[in-house]
Amino acid sequence: MLEVKNLYKTFNPGTINEKAALRGVSLTLEEGEFVTMIGGNGAGKSTLLNAVAGVWPVDSGTITIDGVDVTAMSEHKRAAYIGRVFQDPMLGTAATMLLEENLALSIRRGNHRTFRRGITPAERDQYRERLKILDLGLENRLTARVGILSGGQRQALTLLMATLKKPKLLLLDEHTAALDPKTAAKVLEATDRIVAKDNLTTLMITHNMRDAIVHGTRLIMMYEGRIVVDVSGEEKKKLTVEQLLALFNQASGSDEADDKLLLS
Amino acid sequence: MMGFISALPGAISQGLIWGIMAIGVYITYKVLDIADLTVDGSFCTGGAVFVVLFTGGWSVWTALLAAVIAGMLAGLVTGLLHTLCGIPAILAGILTQIALWSINLAIMGMKATVAINVTTPELLNRLLVSLRFVRDAVTGAQPFYRHPIIIVAVLTALLITILYRFFGTEIGCALRATGSNSNMARAQGINTNFSIVLGLVISNGLVALSGALLAQYNSACEINMGRGAIVIGLAAVIIGEVVFSKIFHEMYMKMTGVALGAIIYYIVLQAVLATGLNANYLKLLSAVIVAAFLTVPYLKKKYTHAKPRLAETPVGAEDGGNSDA
Repeated sequence: MLEVKNLYKTFNPGTINEKAALRGVSLTLEEGEFVTMIGGNGAGKSTLLNAVAGVWPVDSGTITIDGVDVTAMSEHKRAAYIGRVFQDPMLGTAATMLLEENLALSIRRGNHRTFRRGITPAERDQYRERLKILDLGLENRLTARVGILSGGQRQALTLLMATLKKPKLLLLDEHTAALDPKTAAKVLEATDRIVAKDNLTTLMITHNMRDAIVHGTRLIMMYEGRIVVDVSGEEKKKLTVEQLLALFNQASGSDEADDKLLLS
Repeated sequence: MMGFISALPGAISQGLIWGIMAIGVYITYKVLDIADLTVDGSFCTGGAVFVVLFTGGWSVWTALLAAVIAGMLAGLVTGLLHTLCGIPAILAGILTQIALWSINLAIMGMKATVAINVTTPELLNRLLVSLRFVRDAVTGAQPFYRHPIIIVAVLTALLITILYRFFGTEIGCALRATGSNSNMARAQGINTNFSIVLGLVISNGLVALSGALLAQYNSACEINMGRGAIVIGLAAVIIGEVVFSKIFHEMYMKMTGVALGAIIYYIVLQAVLATGLNANYLKLLSAVIVAAFLTVPYLKKKYTHAKPRLAETPVGAEDGGNSDA
């Protein structure tokens, strides 16, 4: 479903702040695969996600989604294939617009927008139904302004918006990191439900090693702009946090499996 | 005092005309979250195009339409400078505004003023609005419905209705989303550059329409008529918001609030003039009013942040939201 080949990206080239964020990343996701991604700060996890989403052009390499080469495609065109949830709960929703308007925007992702009505009465019933999967009572608040919702509610809403129109690829960029533990757990549960229901191909960044092991069907670890660990199937199911740390040390050639990575 | 009261109908008429311009400013400043300075130029462009075409024999409506299109083109230029050339919006607007000064002069045949000869009753009668109708509609020399307040109020209501319908369409929603959160908009497949250009085009079309109406009202277009227009537009937007925000929530009400804000602005101005202040201080006064109205909400917000009340917990403060985003 997703094929990333030999991706390179350097920020601020030629300056004192030069940072080689991606150094030849190759990654293939089969349809329905749910991949969790871990790695220390600056390992290139978010950079990889943003490269796939098309936030800026990459230096070299190709990105293919469902057979379509999207490497040179603009961010908003690429959005037709991709559902995204950001780390910052404020980024995924339009605060000044109504809950139902946000959903209506997202269900038209990838459509040509016209002078037809931005939201129809029939849609509202559909949204009420779909909001129930979040289990937050939002189905009764369709006409609330999103700005008055809590960070957790907004993040759950963003998750629904990313998947309301089934995306070919779901990108989750530490989408629970800014939430309190209880809310984070709830949003993660909703993530599992939604991904399982629609059999979504998913790439999820997390800081939490336990979450990375418990969720998904495959686990990858990044280090200095490369993928250094890639486990799936039975092997992943049996992983422990200790083993993961050992894998990291082995891959990075040092024992700096630091607090940053351990954060959980 | 009598002078002030007798000047009121004129002030309200002018306020209404500027209100249309202020709705244009509302679209860029509030909906798109861009301060567009093109308006200082496109306001005069509207007036110039109208007066030149009208005195050249065009009908009032076709001349108005041409003025609107000219304004839209100005907005298009600013939009392309911003989105295609990557120039910051505020600077793109200033560049277009400066360029328009030359273009406006060229439209007016390199004269600083072009006038409509309203001493010819035939020409006067063809106008939609005129300063003279303010009195004539009362004395009976003109039917009452030709009073500028009635004509412009009806026109404003019509425009607000059309705009409200537009902002409810898919394209209109995309435009609002672009102004509200451009990251989210792009993630939802919205071409934010297109939205920005479209917003600037619509806004400057309205501004030019307002300029054309004011030129008609004064029966002349003068090269400096748009100078400081942005300040008057912002004043109307902010006054409308401060005065009516508690009761006006829906978008059409907010736009109505902006139009009313422009009227309030002109009434206040008239009141100040009635005290005998030298008219040369009007621009200073306008700037002070806008600065004051911009400061109040800021300080209010700062104050409520310092002492958060339960009912007004800042967005995202619950559930560990990232409120400094």
